[in-house]
Formats: sequence, structure tokens, C-alpha cells
Amino acid sequence: MSFWRRLICSCRRRSPWLFHMNAGSCNGCDIELVASLTPRYDVEQLGIQLRGSPRHADILCISGPVTHGTAEAIRTVYGQVMAPKAVVAIGSCPASTNAFVGSPSVDGPLNKHIPVDVFIPGCPPRPDAIVRGIAKAVSILAERAERPAADAAAEEGAQ
Amino acid sequence: MNVLSALARLLIFPGLLFAIPAGWLFLWIERKVVARAQRRVGPPFMQPFFDFMKLMGKETPLRQGPGGQFVKAWPLLSVAASAGALSLLPVLPRSGGFTGDLVLLLGLLELPSFFLIVAGFSSRSLFGEIGSAREAALSISYNLVFLMAAVSLGVAQGSFQLDDLAQAPASPLRWLGIAAMVLCLPAKLHLNPFSIPDAEQEIYAGPMTEYAGAELGLWELAHGLEWVASIGLVACLAIPHTGIAVADALVFVVLSILAVVLLAGLAAATARVTIDSAVRFYGWSAAAVAVVLAAGTLLVRLRL
Repeated sequence: MSFWRRLICSCRRRSPWLFHMNAGSCNGCDIELVASLTPRYDVEQLGIQLRGSPRHADILCISGPVTHGTAEAIRTVYGQVMAPKAVVAIGSCPASTNAFVGSPSVDGPLNKHIPVDVFIPGCPPRPDAIVRGIAKAVSILAERAERPAADAAAEEGAQ
Repeated sequence: MNVLSALARLLIFPGLLFAIPAGWLFLWIERKVVARAQRRVGPPFMQPFFDFMKLMGKETPLRQGPGGQFVKAWPLLSVAASAGALSLLPVLPRSGGFTGDLVLLLGLLELPSFFLIVAGFSSRSLFGEIGSAREAALSISYNLVFLMAAVSLGVAQGSFQLDDLAQAPASPLRWLGIAAMVLCLPAKLHLNPFSIPDAEQEIYAGPMTEYAGAELGLWELAHGLEWVASIGLVACLAIPHTGIAVADALVFVVLSILAVVLLAGLAAATARVTIDSAVRFYGWSAAAVAVVLAAGTLLVRLRL
């Protein structure tokens, strides 16, 4: 790998930007994600920033069991995040639809709609678990950037 | 020789070679001061560099047609205009070459804001359009004060030439001009009481909503250069020039850093105001500056 690509990969590891999306969550996980930005956990030390636009993001954080109303929006926003990207599912809801299993208004779990890289279980997960999950997503992101071709093939397969 | 010295100004000091790391340093100081004010640790020293390099390695959305080409061009033009403004800063005494005046410098400083407005509209995102409309309203209102500041500097020194302005001794009207410029800086740099155009979370990312990857990286770079250019302008006008190049440059850098810390402190201590309060604030400021300026000018003329 050339010096230029190595440099960009190492920078990518240190500057993950998040876009947070609520897919019908009860707000519990959303509050815990915001708590990880506050002084006690302060994820900005790791270069993590919560961005306003999905275009700016590297990591898409999704909480909630995916309701019928949000399923289409999730696919749209996933398409708006530019490659290389990773998806983190926050809480038990996107993993298994949790307490909402069997509900007529829920169209989960999340990996039915988009490929998910990291599941962070918990109802809600603690902020340190979220930070750890994001750190894991960052290393997946960096590996993915080193092998863009293999990743594109995997994504085709997932869809 | 003239071409060489102009090129050196554009590319080395106070141009790109100095200003890009300085812009990153300023962005880091701003984020660090805000973090410390909130009792957080804050980002590591190299963070703006990491962010920039990462953005350079990311994909950009497909843009088609001439409109798409323009959308791509705005951030680049913005970097170019900021670099041009930087090269005009009268930090070092000039030895011939191209000498611009204050009007050209203010024009170049204002161009990135103009490009941001056009970029927001041409990205055709709803949030981009709201952000651009806000930026346009804010830019018109703070520019009243900013241009008034330029007029007061010109009247105080009897010249718009940057070298004359930098070398001349300070006078009360000049300090009025500098104070008015400082008043405009938070709005010019989109800092907290006036972070209205790219109000994060509120209107997603304002004019930058549709920008990604390298294009967004160029916007961030242009923003860093804007920091250096506009703070540098105030620092240039406020420092006494000794004539020794190294001392001048050092005082310039120290004063700039001090200004960044103050602006970041203000950003940490305040919350975002609405666009009408911001416009009203700058309207009243413009009226106040105008009254003092008219009185001061009359005094200067009568003494002559």
C-alpha cells in the first residue's frame, strides 16, 4: 500500500464522524449516545463527532426497532452516507426488535434493510458500551478502507 | 523580483505554507477551549489534520451537468479567495511587488461567504437553502459594521493602502475600526452566538448539508484559512510595527492565538441566537459605530 493510502487509513481511524438516526426508538438509547458526548465520557478525545448531515458521516448509528414509517428513510440515509462507511445498531431493538417483537407497526430487525457491522446490545446500553462499539466499528471501517474491492463485493451480496 | 516576492507571500508567509497549519491550529484551539470550558478533555492536537486527510480519502456524491460542476467548484474557489486575502495581509514590510489595498482585501475576505451562499442554493437541499438564506441575511447585517470599520480606518490614516495602514501610528479612529472588526468576527467565522447559518442539528449542516468527502474537506480548509485571514487582519492592524521582520511575525502569531482563545471562550459561554436578533444586534451596532465615526471624522477634519 502506498504511503498516501496508509496515511489516509490511519487518519480515518482517528476521525470517525457519526450520524445518529432514530428508527422508532423510545429515546433511551438516544439519550445514552448523547451521554457519551458529555464530560464524563467525552468521545471527542477519540476524534468522534456527531455531525448534522449523513453526507458528512463515516458511521451511521441507528437506534430503535425499525418501524414501517422509518424503513424507507433508513435505506435512503444509508445511501447518502459516502463510502467507506460502517453501521452501528445501538440497543437491543435494532438487533431483535426487543420488546416490540410481533408488533404490527414494526418492520425489524435492522439487518433486514441494511448491512449492520456492530450490534451494541442493552436496553439501553451504557455509554461505555456504546463507545466500545463505535471503536470496534472504527477498526472495521479502517480494514474496509484497506480493501475497498472486497468490501464492495460483500455489500452487493448483502443486498 | 516582484513576482517572486508576491509568490512568496501567496505560497509561504503569510500565505498557504503558513496559513494551512495555522488554520488547523486555530480550529484545534477553538475546539479545545470549548471542550475545556465544558470540563472535557477535548480533541487531540492533530485532530483537524486527521479530519482533513480522512475527508480527502472519502467518496463524493455523483454530480452531473454544469450545475454539478459548479457545486464542485465553490469550495475550491473559496480556498482560492481566502488564500488571496491572506497573501495581502501586511504582516511584513513590503519590498515592492503587488500591493493591494484594504478594499481588495475586504472583498476577498467576503468572497468565501458569498460562495457559501451560492453553494447552499446550488446544492438544492432544503436545509442548504435555509442555511444560505440565513448566511445572506447575517452577511448583509455584519458587513454594515465591517465596511464602516474599513471607512474609519481609511479616514484615520487618510489612505486605503495596507502598508500605510499597518505602518501608521494608532489613533482613536483606528481603534474604533479595530473594535468594530472584532465585533464582526464571531458572525464572520460562524461562531456561537452567531452560528446561525450552519446551525448544526437544527438545520442539519446548513449550506454544507449536501457536501461530502474531498469537497467538504476543502470547505473545512477554506474555513481554517478564513480564520487566519480575518484574525490576521485585526492582529496586523492592532500591533505596533517594529520594522524587524521576525519580531513582527512573532507578535502577529501570538496576538492571533490570543484572539482565537477569546473568540472560542465567547463561543463556549453563549448559546445560538435567532437570525432576527442577530440582524437587530448588528443593525444597532452599525448605528452606534456610524454615530461615533461621523463625530470622529468631523473632529479630524476640523483639526486639519
